[in-house]
Amino acid sequence: MKKYYVDHVATNPLHPDVLKAMMPYFTEEFGNPLSVYEYGMKAKAAIESAREQVAGLVNAKPAEIIFTASGAEANNFALRGIALARQNEGKHLLVSRMEHHSVLNAARFLEKSGFTVTYLPVDKQGFVAPETVKKMITKETTLISVTHASSEVGTIEPIQEIVAIAKERNISVHTDAVATTGNIPVDMPDLGVDVMSMAAHQFYGPKGAGALVVKQGTRIVPLIYGGIQESGRRAGTENVPAIVGMGKAAELAKAELQERMAYLRPLRDKIIDAMANVERVYLTGDRNNRLPAHASFCAEYIEGEAMLLLLAAKGIFSASGSACSSKALKASPVLLSMGIPSGLAQGSIVFSLGMGNTPEDIDYIAAEFPAVIKRLREISPYSQGWGDKEEGGSCTATK
Amino acid sequence: MKFVQNVKPDVTTDIVYMMCPMHLLKLEEQMKELEPGQILEIMTDYDGALEDIPDWCKKTNNEFLGIDETPDFFKFYIKKGTR
Repeated sequence: MKKYYVDHVATNPLHPDVLKAMMPYFTEEFGNPLSVYEYGMKAKAAIESAREQVAGLVNAKPAEIIFTASGAEANNFALRGIALARQNEGKHLLVSRMEHHSVLNAARFLEKSGFTVTYLPVDKQGFVAPETVKKMITKETTLISVTHASSEVGTIEPIQEIVAIAKERNISVHTDAVATTGNIPVDMPDLGVDVMSMAAHQFYGPKGAGALVVKQGTRIVPLIYGGIQESGRRAGTENVPAIVGMGKAAELAKAELQERMAYLRPLRDKIIDAMANVERVYLTGDRNNRLPAHASFCAEYIEGEAMLLLLAAKGIFSASGSACSSKALKASPVLLSMGIPSGLAQGSIVFSLGMGNTPEDIDYIAAEFPAVIKRLREISPYSQGWGDKEEGGSCTATK
Repeated sequence: MKFVQNVKPDVTTDIVYMMCPMHLLKLEEQMKELEPGQILEIMTDYDGALEDIPDWCKKTNNEFLGIDETPDFFKFYIKKGTR
């Protein structure tokens, strides 16, 4: 059976050129970048070259790139690192409700360590209102963390407006750009943030490589202590092949970005338009201001996991909510924060497209999806309505 | 919230310092191992569990007996249901 992989927010396949660039660093060029002889020097040069490539993708300076092992590590590093570095100025953080668990749980950790965190509400499309940010700032606020775009609903946040408010008050801003870097233009100086997270496998690079971009002059407390790697800000012998792969993937993403967006956006719109014809299936997130390859929905009276299983049986591999919700029988906190009732939020489905998908793939998904919905509704105890449960339908309807 | 003391658990699991969704994943995993009527004790400092664990019990027809507090964490007691 043909496979239709439409879960690119989970991860992407490695670009063949990326694998090719990585291979020598698994084999003959195995040196430790800290070694002073030839093996070390070659590994060191490879890392520095990757640093330039990654910096180039987001218009940062190479020295501003700190390689990490993942986007989650970069998010943890940003939250803890900035909060701790500025704790003598204040111990209050603003964190949006749209964040990934690596931001939310890092914030939770800080709360337990004596910081105060205010969680920023969002509107029905998932936007954080800059006005709300302004209202929630206190004299103690040192850091604001708002995702560039949520991988669950694809809405792109107004980071620049939030930065403008923060700068007037000398507050640092972090954005989790894991879902956006390599997928839409991300220009760090233009966004104006102080720290920004990214992950290589979101743009056809390898897993195990991420980065925190730290604006020059920003103080940050290390997450991992030890050696002098990454200018003493992130200890541990570098994952040279993964970093090289991240560099190559960044170079390719920069060169092909417009082409990729131009290819993916019509596919995304095609899927959104097709779903508009399926009864009681609603688009989540903003219709236009969203990631170019991201289409997310909630289907009424249906459980997301059941949809995933039936779709997988037809060769379609998609996602439903966050790991938290899908593995723990719990509605996604991101969808709930957008005012989507918990019953409806259980029926969440995300199709995230990649360069391997074709218009024919979308035709196939659009043809198979309604049958899956119909079959599940027939066996759903709520198919005639929620009864005494909550009413559904408060999110953006596609029709 | 129901508070209980001196509950004798059949199985104890310690997930102090673990965050969402570990409390639900561990709960599900441990409950599968128990016989109906047996009691699970979960030690956690994650305050989201105060809402999630009773909810989970309701959804899955297991009995939430209550919590016991210590200075550093909560102890949750759940009795496995008969179906």
